[in-house]
Amino acid sequence: MDFLALLIICVKVLLVFAATMLTVLLMIYAERRISAFIQGRLGPNRVGPHGLLQPIADGIKFLMKEDIIPAGVDKPIYLLAPAMLLIPALMTFAVIPFGSDITLFGRNIPLQVADVNVGILYILALTSIGVYGLVLAGWASNSKYPLIGGLRSSAQLISYELTMGLAIVSIVLLSGSLRLNDIISQQQGHFLSWNVFKQPLAFLIFLIAVYAETNRLPFDLTEAEQELVGGYHTEYSSMKFAMFYMAEYANMITAAALTVTLFFGGWDLPFLNETSMGMLGVVLSVAAFILKTAFFLFLFIWVRWTFPRFRYDQLMNLGWKVMLPLALFNIFITAGYLALTI
Amino acid sequence: MTFLFYFVACLTIISALFVVLNRNPVYSAVMLVLCFFSIATLYLLLEAYFVAVLEIIIYAGAIMVLFLFVIMLLDLGREAALPKLKKLDKALSLFLVVIIFLGILTLTIWSGGDLHQTLNPSSVGDIKAVGKALFTDYLLPFEVASLLLLVALIGTVYLAKRRVK
Amino acid sequence: MATIIKSYEPTFWDKLYIPALVQGLLVTFKHLLRKKVTIQYPEEKLIPPEGYRGLHRLNKDANGRIKCVACDMCSAACPADCIDIIPGSSPWDDGKERYPVSFEIDLLKCIFCGFCEMACPEEAIELTEIYDFSDYTREKLIIDKDGLLDVYDKTKDKNYYSNSQNLTIKE
Ligand code: SF4
Ligand code: SF4
Repeated sequence: MDFLALLIICVKVLLVFAATMLTVLLMIYAERRISAFIQGRLGPNRVGPHGLLQPIADGIKFLMKEDIIPAGVDKPIYLLAPAMLLIPALMTFAVIPFGSDITLFGRNIPLQVADVNVGILYILALTSIGVYGLVLAGWASNSKYPLIGGLRSSAQLISYELTMGLAIVSIVLLSGSLRLNDIISQQQGHFLSWNVFKQPLAFLIFLIAVYAETNRLPFDLTEAEQELVGGYHTEYSSMKFAMFYMAEYANMITAAALTVTLFFGGWDLPFLNETSMGMLGVVLSVAAFILKTAFFLFLFIWVRWTFPRFRYDQLMNLGWKVMLPLALFNIFITAGYLALTI
Repeated sequence: MTFLFYFVACLTIISALFVVLNRNPVYSAVMLVLCFFSIATLYLLLEAYFVAVLEIIIYAGAIMVLFLFVIMLLDLGREAALPKLKKLDKALSLFLVVIIFLGILTLTIWSGGDLHQTLNPSSVGDIKAVGKALFTDYLLPFEVASLLLLVALIGTVYLAKRRVK
Repeated sequence: MATIIKSYEPTFWDKLYIPALVQGLLVTFKHLLRKKVTIQYPEEKLIPPEGYRGLHRLNKDANGRIKCVACDMCSAACPADCIDIIPGSSPWDDGKERYPVSFEIDLLKCIFCGFCEMACPEEAIELTEIYDFSDYTREKLIIDKDGLLDVYDKTKDKNYYSNSQNLTIKE
């Protein structure tokens, strides 16, 4: 590994990190503005042009606030929990390709931080690790509401991770590889070769599971404000609270990007061959990726401000009695089809 | 690479020790997760990516979360909830540990002694190799294991469904 | 007669839930594009409807003199007991004998019920549409006679919000 290769990797890591953080800020802004619009309000529009600097003002506010550590908390775990949530959330994006390969300084640079051959499993592993942040935050707070929130999150995430994994399995069956790049290249070319059209059921299951995994409404039982006063992060304040907040949005960004990669051809533009178009193709592919991801991020917000929250037993029923059998059925159908055609 | 190996190996052992020595079950669970992570890193160093990721998904991601769930649900988080060990118990467990340790040691030395066996790494962790092995050489154990899980599942359902009289 | 309530039986279409979900999403999307109802306060101000009960004023007669005759009716009617009047004989000699030497309303006590307005035999006290008169100290929120007469000058043309400060509501 020479110096240039190392430099390229560093630049890519920094770029992805910066882009994720920037998107987190934008998402916080977008969430507030869009929710306001849906409710017929205007939302924050005073700080900066159209209120764009609002998230920065919020960040400064968080930094200036008193950092309260309540009495009776389990200090080491209480302090570690936000990081345990945020780090996996930020790490997940590493394997997602966000554009076609670029040629710079006479070498081929894939627009992806790490091309892992078990990419999907890597993402599943990291999302399953994220639970610890929630559970331990709930436990360490030494308070009943966070504890209930933490318990709920552990049960919920395990149930829906299973469904999500099974939905992904049907995609993997089609592509025959766990590398995200292979999955994208398998979807290239025609419009209808995108996986949404081949696997509509898997897409639906995956989408619902993703909402449960990211703890977003209608599945935000872990932080249900009305019953749990904020759930696992009730006892957190200041920057540690902000970290939970950022982790939630970072998870959403990864989830949206993953949805795009698995079901909407990733950076692929239909009917175009990006790799043969040089620089223009790269720009186009990155733009396509960003646009598609932006749509799913918007969908996250849109859904949140449309649907009411599930009850806990409804959530579990949906997960185990509807989604899981459906996902298994889908795998069965897909495998049967593949066995017959190949 | 060697340095990394020794570092991670030490981390594994230390975290494993903490799992046993800690009086607080939640801390033990967290340490066990750390232990799984270091083991996964060891697999990574062997270039067995698939096994490494599986280690994290299954053990750290699913099983330990359930452990934590149970620990929190039963409110075992407080150290006072645990019984204090008596002298006799301590002596007995120490005795058992020494016996088992010595047993393992003799077995390893007996069986050829060379601890520095090198494996062909790429054949171990490859997902295709794992799948092939699972469905050809190890088909019977695989099916038996799945049957075992099914039995466990039915048992759980039965226990959960039983009415309290 | 007993009313028979037909229980709701979900059809297969209902049980799919997806169409209903999409319908819900479309409803919120329509709202997303709708005109916003927010009034951006310091720049735009809401014009209260006719009959709004805001800050008081003391009316003046055609000669520009205070209409109030210090009869204390308003003070007696006031449920919050926040009107404080010191009567005196008027300096004018055209039949009006009494007038308030001092007339103070404690706006922090006032509940803006409008009883004073109704009790007044001279139509001398009235509630106006002014609603943004907050201040930093309690003392500043006890309005005196001059202040109340001043309010009359500001609001007599009924255009306190729409005209006098050039504030318009964006349509
Ligand atoms: S509005 Fe009601 S409370 Fe206020 S001064 Fe008049 S009578 Fe009293
Ligand atoms: S305002 Fe009206 S009711 Fe009150 S003292 Fe004057 S004249 Fe009488």
